[in-house]
Amino acid sequence: MAAGTHEVEHHTSLGVDNRKLLMWIFLASECLFFGTLISTYLIFKGQSLVGPYPDDILDIPLTSLSTFVLLMSSLTMVLAVYGAQHGRLGMMKAMLFATILLGVGFLGFQVYEFRHFAHVGLNLGTNQFGASFFVLTGFHGLHVGIGVAYLISLLFGSMRRSGLGKDRALWVDTAGLYWHFVDIVWIVVFTVVYLIPS
Amino acid sequence: MGRSGPGRIIAIVVSLLITAAVSAILWYWFHESAFLGADFMSTFEPASENAQRIQDIYVLIFWLAGAVFVGVLALTLIFSFMFREKEGVEAKQIHGNSRLEVLWTFIPVIIVVVMAVPTFNTIIDLEADAPDDALEVVARGYQWWFEFEIPELGVVTANEVHIPVDRPVNFRLESADVIHSFWVPRLMGKKDMVPGHVNQIWFTPHEVGEFRGQCAEFCGLSHANMRFRVHVDSAADFDTWVAAQTADAATSEDEAILAGMQQFTQSGCIGCHTVRGNDLAAGVAGPDLTHVASRGTIASGTLANTPEDMERWLSDPPAVKPGSLMPNLNLSDEEIDRLMAYLDSLQ
Amino acid sequence: MATAVGTAGQVTERSGIWEWMTTVDHKKIAILYGITSFFFFVVGGIEALLVRTQLAVPNGTVIDADLYNQLFTTHALTMIFLAVMPLGVSFFNYFIPLQIGARDVAFPRLNMLSYWVYLIGAVMLTASFFLGGAPDGGWFGYAPLSDRAYSPGSQMDFYVISLIILGISSLIGALNFAVTIINMRAPGMSMMRLPVYMWMTLITAFLLILSLPVLTVGLIELYFDRNFGTHFFAPEMGGDPILWQHIFWIFGHPEVYILILPSMGVISEVIPVMSRKPLFGYAAVVFAGAAIGVLGFGVWSHHMFTTGLGTVPQVVFSASTMAIGIPTGIKIFNWLGTMYGGNIRFNTAMYFAVSFLVLFTIGGISGVMHASPSVDSHQQDSYFVVAHIHYVLFGGAVMGMFSGMFYWFPKITGRFLDETSGKISFWLMFIGMNATFFPMHFLGISGMPRRIYTYEEGLGWDTWNFVATVGAFILALGVLFFIVNFFQTMRKPRTAPADPWGGSTLEWATTSPPPDHNFDVVPEVRDRDPLWYNRDHGISLPARPEHLHIHLPPPSYFPMIVAMGIGLIGVGLLSHLALSFVGVAVLIYGIWGWSLEPTS
Ligand code: HEA
Ligand code: HEA
Ligand code: HEC
Ligand code: CUA
Ligand SMILES: [Cu+2]
Repeated sequence: MAAGTHEVEHHTSLGVDNRKLLMWIFLASECLFFGTLISTYLIFKGQSLVGPYPDDILDIPLTSLSTFVLLMSSLTMVLAVYGAQHGRLGMMKAMLFATILLGVGFLGFQVYEFRHFAHVGLNLGTNQFGASFFVLTGFHGLHVGIGVAYLISLLFGSMRRSGLGKDRALWVDTAGLYWHFVDIVWIVVFTVVYLIPS
Repeated sequence: MGRSGPGRIIAIVVSLLITAAVSAILWYWFHESAFLGADFMSTFEPASENAQRIQDIYVLIFWLAGAVFVGVLALTLIFSFMFREKEGVEAKQIHGNSRLEVLWTFIPVIIVVVMAVPTFNTIIDLEADAPDDALEVVARGYQWWFEFEIPELGVVTANEVHIPVDRPVNFRLESADVIHSFWVPRLMGKKDMVPGHVNQIWFTPHEVGEFRGQCAEFCGLSHANMRFRVHVDSAADFDTWVAAQTADAATSEDEAILAGMQQFTQSGCIGCHTVRGNDLAAGVAGPDLTHVASRGTIASGTLANTPEDMERWLSDPPAVKPGSLMPNLNLSDEEIDRLMAYLDSLQ
Repeated sequence: MATAVGTAGQVTERSGIWEWMTTVDHKKIAILYGITSFFFFVVGGIEALLVRTQLAVPNGTVIDADLYNQLFTTHALTMIFLAVMPLGVSFFNYFIPLQIGARDVAFPRLNMLSYWVYLIGAVMLTASFFLGGAPDGGWFGYAPLSDRAYSPGSQMDFYVISLIILGISSLIGALNFAVTIINMRAPGMSMMRLPVYMWMTLITAFLLILSLPVLTVGLIELYFDRNFGTHFFAPEMGGDPILWQHIFWIFGHPEVYILILPSMGVISEVIPVMSRKPLFGYAAVVFAGAAIGVLGFGVWSHHMFTTGLGTVPQVVFSASTMAIGIPTGIKIFNWLGTMYGGNIRFNTAMYFAVSFLVLFTIGGISGVMHASPSVDSHQQDSYFVVAHIHYVLFGGAVMGMFSGMFYWFPKITGRFLDETSGKISFWLMFIGMNATFFPMHFLGISGMPRRIYTYEEGLGWDTWNFVATVGAFILALGVLFFIVNFFQTMRKPRTAPADPWGGSTLEWATTSPPPDHNFDVVPEVRDRDPLWYNRDHGISLPARPEHLHIHLPPPSYFPMIVAMGIGLIGVGLLSHLALSFVGVAVLIYGIWGWSLEPTS
């Protein structure tokens, strides 16, 4: 039964793996997702009828630090992809681990920030700033969280005996696309929410 | 039918006949229905200058659209008859024809431009601010009735408003709860009443008469029962109406009426309704009842303002008008009679 | 050595239903989609019949205001999200791999996931009728009516949650289709050799991918407004009801092209094949389709002409909206050009396709009338709009889908639907639909607003409302004929050859119904109309190899588990948040098993 036409696996019209193409197109969709959230934030900028207002409570130095943490995670992610592509598995694992740590660190900052804001009286229902701020940054945080889970699963996978298999580079590369995207979105969010004065 | 000689001609003639017949019937029906509603809510019988502007552009676009329809229908029929399957005929293997394709891109472009340019002019004129001498009327939408206020004259009323003929009127549109829409088809197109926004719509009526309107934006259970009327009066009639509306509620020594007035307080009506001249009655959740007896309908056009209908209304408003925010107050027949005597006095 | 077809995919011997529940075969998934969506088409139709019955005479008393509002809302949601869109997806599923010469879609398990999620969303939306009431705020759920303050029950929560879930399903499906079409074409099939149907599918997929996230964000914000105390759309705290309208229609307008483009694709297959001619102006049709897709994102405010947009936006959106008529016209004329000079076989599929041309044009030109804000100030929220939407949605989208059903039925089942019965149902539907929806123009002109459960007599609306109701029942009879035809046909033997119509695209190169692996040998594509090219150049399909060993992905139950997780999260958001966490756990378990499951 062995003889006969064997399908050539992974023949693709573009020469890009389907999974990677899927991620690219999915990220296009995500652009619109965050685009809408950011637009909502911009529309309600300066529309709060009661405080606390952004200028009162946003802590730019602190958030700059957490932004820096997230940016560093992109760097480690690049190194993880490099490691995966060049068969340097130790480096890949270490860098995945570092990325996860940095991602968790960013989330830690965010949890702290949210709790602090709640403490000084900014909640979802307080004013338009609260609503649009928490929903925008909250959904960004959710994306970081999913990214962390995604990377953890890759890290675990790579520690199995069989590792990540022959598609190792592809898996890490695709996760990297997602991770960088989430980072870039944060840069926009950081600019729009924290840097541009209201 | 075939593709040669007489067959071809018959196909074309038959197709054109069908097209003509269909178009004629449709035209007749369009025409009929435009005038069927003439006394009520026709969008094709303008009674204001502004509505006339809309009408002009409506008619233009209507004819152009009709021409496109007739063209497509005729071609579809002709080709269907002419090129029907036939033994021994080969289909021509053509892949396209650039010249034709340019042509049928270009013709629609022209049609669109012909529609667009006058449309833009009309928008610019109709969306412009109302003339300075316009009468300012505030129309406020509530679930499910309309409040009308003429600040400069001190008039507050509900569901029926009067305006003078041949003078521009500017309606300021507000909403107290959800989105409603202000639409008196014969006087003007519609515009929404959006909470948190103030919209304006203005027009100059040129025909005296009673014009019907209806809320046109879905606003909940009784959206269908949210109707109103605009009376366009001669200047003299309008002044009379204003004088009557601005007066305080009639007072009377009549015992039945006084009893009704007391009942009005007892039953809690005063909590929701204002009756100017009755200091206790200052509620704002419901329509101003100072001159309720002068209105032709009650509950925003759901009922006629007759004793029978008033009785139905008072005995169970939500039964008459689903969801009505005036609750069933479980009034006894005697209480209703007393209330009706009072309401009837509010001329 | 026996034929190897049976070895394709290691289908574990299980009972039939389990096989259907775990299948990852795009053809089986398509059939699941098809049957489910047709079921919901009938549900939506029955809702419409109830609406029409209530409106048959003035002051109708058949159903009350509350139920009426639920019915017209769910009618629209059911028809759009549970019937017409998934019916399109059903055809996409079946014919994408067949038309591009692939073994399956790019992600077979995601494909099944998309079906399960759709099913859960559909059941959830419909079940709301029995769980405290169905959504009743109109299909575009305008705030603040949809806010907690004015819709205190759970009805609009059902709206939000089931639309998010259905959106997830559509997004997964669209991503899968986009990747498949872009990346899995047969050798020789360049983009400009794609069948037009594939082009329309691709454009539809991208419209979904780019418009759904916008709606999702809107729904999330609405959910937060309703449940977590935000005020995005409620004016009290500085929120803005108009923002909801912008968000909804930025999705909503592309959505209407999502509904029509698949049918335009179908008739772009049927008309050339039945006319025995290549499509007139292939490139123009493709580019016009793409132009419609792009322009479709720039016209949304034409649904908001009466909200007080102001002069400039009215002018801009009026211009962009009218401009959409131009590419659409190009398509109409190219289809007519295809018929010109043909030798047209008028079977039922062609009847439906030709009726599309006229009916869609009627809907299109009423759309262009709406595009003039001045005229629209009369037509908006009147029955004129109801006429417009049903001419494009029923006369366009649904008639096109019926054309596709008659055209592809032999390919899918190996049997021909009965032609006589088919023509009877065509005429019933054609007459019924015109009798139902044409009079709505007259009603709109004489001032009848939409979404009213009752109207006074003597306003000039009585006659035409009655005619419309009678028409709706004639229409239902036509659909009933089709259903009977379907069941009778399914009892007949399989007689269809591989290529009953003399088609030009690859699906006709394999048997009817196709084997699990679609093609014994994937044909080389040398032209836009590959089979006609082969016919004219005397090229016969390569012979079937003696030994065939094709690896197909094994069935999987993980899609079902992941979908259950998503469903539980949804149920939790509707009832007790705690349930959502169970849902998350199930979801994670499902994804975990999914990624570890061997695919070979
Ligand atoms: C399949 C769905 C579908 C399609 C394809 C369309 C197509 C179009 N629609 Fe429609 N529309 C809806 C579904 C659809 N619509 C729905 C569901 C609503 C209501 C939502 C709601 O409120 O519930 C709506 C509402 C709607 C409105 C808002 C009405 C209102 O509420 O006030 C407007 C306004 O401009 C509009 C315009 C158009 C236009 C210009 C097109 C164009 O794309 C049409 C183009 C086609 C042609 C023009 C015909 C063919 C062309 C020719 C033969 C060439 C020559 C023609 C000319 C030069 C004019 N539509
Ligand atoms: C694809 C979309 C689609 C489709 C196919 C339809 C199909 C139909 N629609 Fe629908 N409709 C909408 C989308 C659609 N509609 C939308 C978006 C709205 C706006 C809602 C809103 O305002 O929010 C709307 C609103 C709407 C209204 C206006 C309600 C109002 O404003 O108050 C009406 C009224 O007549 C109506 C009627 C019909 C009818 C009679 C059909 C018929 O074509 C249905 C035909 C199908 C059948 C009849 C099924 C066949 C049934 C059987 C075979 C079983 C036989 C059983 C018996 C005979 C009991 N529709
Ligand atoms: C809780 C508030 C409330 C109370 C109490 C109340 N009403 Fe009303 N009333 C309303 C509202 C709201 C409407 C408008 C209903 C509609 O048209 O939908 C209304 C409408 C009316 C109308 C019709 C007015 C018109 O012009 O259409 C009359 C008459 C009326 N009420 C009389 C009474 C009387 C008499 C009582 C006391 C027995 C009473 N109302 C108590 C809220 C109230
Ligand atoms: Cu108010 Cu509809
Ligand atoms: Cu639109």
